[in-house]
Amino acid sequence: MKTVAIVDYGMCNLDSVRRAVEECGGTPIVTDRAEDLETATHIILPGVGSFRDGMQNLRQRSLDVILREQVVGRQIPFLGICLGMQMLAAKGWEGGETDGLGWIDGEVRKLEPAGEDRRIPHIGWNEVAVVGNPPLFDGIGSAKDFYFAHSYHLSCRNEHDVLARTSYCGGFVSAVSRGQILGVQFHPEKSQRVGFRLLRNFLSV
Amino acid sequence: MPTLLFKEVGLVKGVGFNAWRRVGSVMQAVTVYNMREVDELVYLDVTATTDKRPPDFESVDELADECFMPLTVGGGVRTVDDVRRLLQVGADKIAVNTVAVDNPAVIREMAQRFGSQCVVVSIDAQRRADRTYEVFTHAGTVATDRDPVSLAQEVEALGAGEILLTSIERDGTMVGYDVELTRRVSEAVSIPVIASGGAGTYAHMAEVLRDGRASAVAAASMFHFTEQTPPEAKRYLREQGFRVRL
Repeated sequence: MKTVAIVDYGMCNLDSVRRAVEECGGTPIVTDRAEDLETATHIILPGVGSFRDGMQNLRQRSLDVILREQVVGRQIPFLGICLGMQMLAAKGWEGGETDGLGWIDGEVRKLEPAGEDRRIPHIGWNEVAVVGNPPLFDGIGSAKDFYFAHSYHLSCRNEHDVLARTSYCGGFVSAVSRGQILGVQFHPEKSQRVGFRLLRNFLSV
Repeated sequence: MPTLLFKEVGLVKGVGFNAWRRVGSVMQAVTVYNMREVDELVYLDVTATTDKRPPDFESVDELADECFMPLTVGGGVRTVDDVRRLLQVGADKIAVNTVAVDNPAVIREMAQRFGSQCVVVSIDAQRRADRTYEVFTHAGTVATDRDPVSLAQEVEALGAGEILLTSIERDGTMVGYDVELTRRVSEAVSIPVIASGGAGTYAHMAEVLRDGRASAVAAASMFHFTEQTPPEAKRYLREQGFRVRL
């Protein structure tokens, strides 16, 4: 059985992730308790809100330490969604300079208007160009549309952490991976068929 | 994106924010739109503010549980706590309307707390005889003497993430969007503007995207009362050279 801990750190939007995990055959637990995170087979860190608030909330609950033990230490499969992906970075600038979890080298910066792409936040469906054939995108392939809603993006220092890119505002990284640590800037829980496929792929990691 | 308007016990659709007709149940509509893979859904409780009701969090919770697409919820949203609770039960974005005029400062608080991407300001505007436009609040019943362009700029500066712009006199008529209104607002702000009110054909959608510079289009009557569907609309728009998801 796949027990999926959905990390509750006061940044909302947990119900749609919980429902999507359920639809994809996992058993979701929305939690901020260490014992739930220790027994989970998979961990999802969702999130809507600013980088600074997100990191503060994680630290207040000691979740940064607990997550490090489980994800970096015990190598439990991990998926960060939106802000949850951004917080993997070493540093973010939303709400002021703030240290992130630091599991992926890079910084989270604001999208900058480029050419025709001047409307920020970037809200809506957009293509995700996948690098190679990673298992997370199994059966989905490249150039499918996922749903985005964000103003900031994770700029990676190492090319080998980049799992996918999306061409908006000069292009940004829309998925990352380092081992079993995965992150997506888009919202699979709101991306219907392709989103559910991605979540099922994550559950089979 | 289809718009669902809720009043009393079921879905309704009117003309010019009036003459409401029953058009079925919410859950039925959501199930159909899930199957048809619509891009987003807008759910507005149209009489919440005029009835002085807060949002119906329980109904939104039930609706959101079955809605696997981005969901914008509006109607009666006035406080930061309303937004928090709606996001908690599964809404992705919140639409505010009356409070954007009565107490615009709350938009800044909402955007700071939850991010601009989930704060949609819904602006209902009506054309005056002299071809200027006026914003109405309270589901189109209260005139404000505000110009939609300046209101859109004000809420953008406060941190709103999107504008849902509805033409009151085009609403439910299916004669086409108010392209002029949409263009004026779209050119004045750099956040996305969703055109609403008047869609009757796929060509109307292409027109307001092209000439009105809208980022997205919403429609209700044409999906409730005609054979036209969101997937066909998207195929049409793709053929016309617009970037849409199929």
